[in-house]
Amino acid sequence: MIIQAVCFYVFAAVAVASGVMVISARNPVHSVLFLILAFFNAAALFVLLGAEFLAMILVIVYVGAVAVLFLFVVMMLDINFVELRHGFLQYLPIGALIGFILFAELVLVIGYWALAPNIASVLAAPLPATAQVTNTQALGDLLYTRYIYAFQASGIVLLIAMIGAIVLTLRARAGVRRQDSSAQVYRPRAASVEIVKIEVGKGV
Amino acid sequence: MELLREYLPILIFLGIAVGLAVVIVVASLVVARQNPDSEKLSAYECGFEPFQDARKKFDVRFYLVAILFIIFDLEVAFLFPWAVSLGRLGLLGFWSMIVFLGVLTVGFIYEWRKGALEWE
Repeated sequence: MIIQAVCFYVFAAVAVASGVMVISARNPVHSVLFLILAFFNAAALFVLLGAEFLAMILVIVYVGAVAVLFLFVVMMLDINFVELRHGFLQYLPIGALIGFILFAELVLVIGYWALAPNIASVLAAPLPATAQVTNTQALGDLLYTRYIYAFQASGIVLLIAMIGAIVLTLRARAGVRRQDSSAQVYRPRAASVEIVKIEVGKGV
Repeated sequence: MELLREYLPILIFLGIAVGLAVVIVVASLVVARQNPDSEKLSAYECGFEPFQDARKKFDVRFYLVAILFIIFDLEVAFLFPWAVSLGRLGLLGFWSMIVFLGVLTVGFIYEWRKGALEWE
């Protein structure tokens, strides 16, 4: 129990510290690396909550894919980041406001959770005990039947993201030579080889 | 609690990894001879700079490949809980996943026909 508490405070502290470093690191690549550290700590917090599947998905999807995408974006943009940083203090009030709103919402949610007498009975789907049902199975039991519309909507969202990425970034390039294997196979010998008879002493 | 006990080896591994990283960094600071000189960091005669920005602009097509990777990664992530609890889901759960896969297959055919997966 004490190990669990110590782990929670360590992971939470490292997550908050790396979150601060994300916005204060001088090099944007370092920012992305600190973001990856924050993701890892969030995954550890999920494990402490018993949400194993979410933790593993966080590592696979966010660390493995989204962070790589962020690195690509950082690499692709040709921005003078020192110049960009001059406006840092200018955005501080807006950022503080958004942070305050999020914090107030969290306080409201957690406050209701702590104060309401019979909050456990109004849950749409109470969490089963992890000893009987694994986290993955608990998600799977609900996601594909009870929340089928949200699930199908996520499929549509992924489809739109795919099409959008292709429409935005794919363009036909002139002078591109693509391999056409059937054309290679069906090419007759006469199209590529020519036999020349050369008389002796004449040259080509 | 039982669940967290299974994660104890990972915690120990994490501790060893962090400890080893700290030992390596600190040892190289303490044991190695530090003799900094500005000449070491400057260009040799008229050569190029020994240290410069590693950032380089990428082609946007890398981004396209990465975003397509994320989408199919998510598709596979949705398959895991489905596979685990398929026995309890019944026909609705089965066909809901098949429709989901069908929607993404439409996107896959689209990107294949557009040539988004081809390099050159």
